[in-house]
Amino acid sequence: MERKIKVIVAKLGLDGHDRGAKVVARALKDAGMEVVYTGLRQTPEQVVKAAVQEDADVIGVSILSGAHLELVPMLVNLMKEKGLNDVVLIVGGVIPPQDVPKLKEMGVDEVFLPGSSLKSVVERIKELVSKKRGLKVAT
Amino acid sequence: MRHDLLEKALNGEELAISKVLTQIEYLTPLGIEYLKELLPRAGNAHTIGITGSPGAGKSTLIGSLIEEYSRRGHRIGVLLIDPSSPISKGSFMGNRIRMIGKERSGDIFIRSLATRGHLGGLSADAMLLIEALDGLGFDRIIIETVGAGQTDTEVMDVVHTLAVVTVPGTGDEIQALKAGIMEIGDIYVVNKADKPEAEMLYEAVKFAIEGIVSPRFGWQPRIVKTVATKGLGVKELVDLFEEHMKYLVSKGLFADIVRKRRRKAVELTVRRKLSEVVSSVVQRADKLFEQLEKNEVTIDQVINAIYDEVKLNL
Repeated sequence: MERKIKVIVAKLGLDGHDRGAKVVARALKDAGMEVVYTGLRQTPEQVVKAAVQEDADVIGVSILSGAHLELVPMLVNLMKEKGLNDVVLIVGGVIPPQDVPKLKEMGVDEVFLPGSSLKSVVERIKELVSKKRGLKVAT
Repeated sequence: MRHDLLEKALNGEELAISKVLTQIEYLTPLGIEYLKELLPRAGNAHTIGITGSPGAGKSTLIGSLIEEYSRRGHRIGVLLIDPSSPISKGSFMGNRIRMIGKERSGDIFIRSLATRGHLGGLSADAMLLIEALDGLGFDRIIIETVGAGQTDTEVMDVVHTLAVVTVPGTGDEIQALKAGIMEIGDIYVVNKADKPEAEMLYEAVKFAIEGIVSPRFGWQPRIVKTVATKGLGVKELVDLFEEHMKYLVSKGLFADIVRKRRRKAVELTVRRKLSEVVSSVVQRADKLFEQLEKNEVTIDQVINAIYDEVKLNL
């Protein structure tokens, strides 16, 4: 059986807007991925717990609150602590462009800013999964 | 044979459990090795199916159930099954959302699983994951299935206890009687029992199950009211599950169901393998279908040619 890409989509932090996350989740589903949507106001602990139990290939978090420079390091450290070294980490949301290099330095694999096309998100995730997880991915 | 990852999983390491489940889910060569080790250890878990129409509150109810089971000192495995898209083959699985934060204690393991084209409530991979969780020492396994009424009768064959969750205010309480699921449950849950129409639904369900002449295993189905969001009635529900399990044990039926489940798991897995061969043969048969279009061959010739080719590829 062909291996499916499994993605956790979560909203990290306290803002209550999940439309963007849902739109991305739907696009990933339409691209044939299996998306576990964990919803609003997640803590880094909750997201990592879900990723561990689901054996997710990708964690995608949406942050609109401006707290990305605080939340992302917490998330990255927890991922390392739990052994999720080969899991692809994607951040989306309202991120000032000057913070993108900082996030990547922290260990984020890709940052998608407002206006990114869904197609580019799908393609990039497939690329990163095959690179980092060594999964054969249908394109 | 020693397997490091399996050892770790047997010691309760979460990521190892998760990786073992993935291998078994996809039935990789490694997964088959794990399954061979785990199966002899399995057969002890009480398996509980939770089914009911979408929006009945199944996931929220399971969130409360795992807390209650955890309080009672059990290790709980949960399988949340959601449909795959027939078009993209992808899946949007949102059941876990109702359980977030409850899987913290280390003895609760929750896994989402897409149906991947399987029409009934359970697929071959789900059946194998039940064996795996059982073999890994989870002593209560809860399976939430696609709330699709009649197709869920398949679940009944493989779980020890089946709970059907109903909910008031769907417009017409008679729907509950028509849906076809009124004959399959061991335990009926009237959830959202704080709603005004709940009493009417309770009476309707009670009437329906009292009329069942030959209930499964001779167990007269029972009914319980819950308000899952507040945890009301959950203790009573777990008590009922335990009572049903003890009943099965006392009648010598507990192990029978495990045997039946394995038979079904094997059947579904073999079918899946066959189906993959059939699909690939059909895909390669362009020439035959062209001939069919030109009326050079008849439909039964095509069927037989494909059938013979499938046999050659087995």
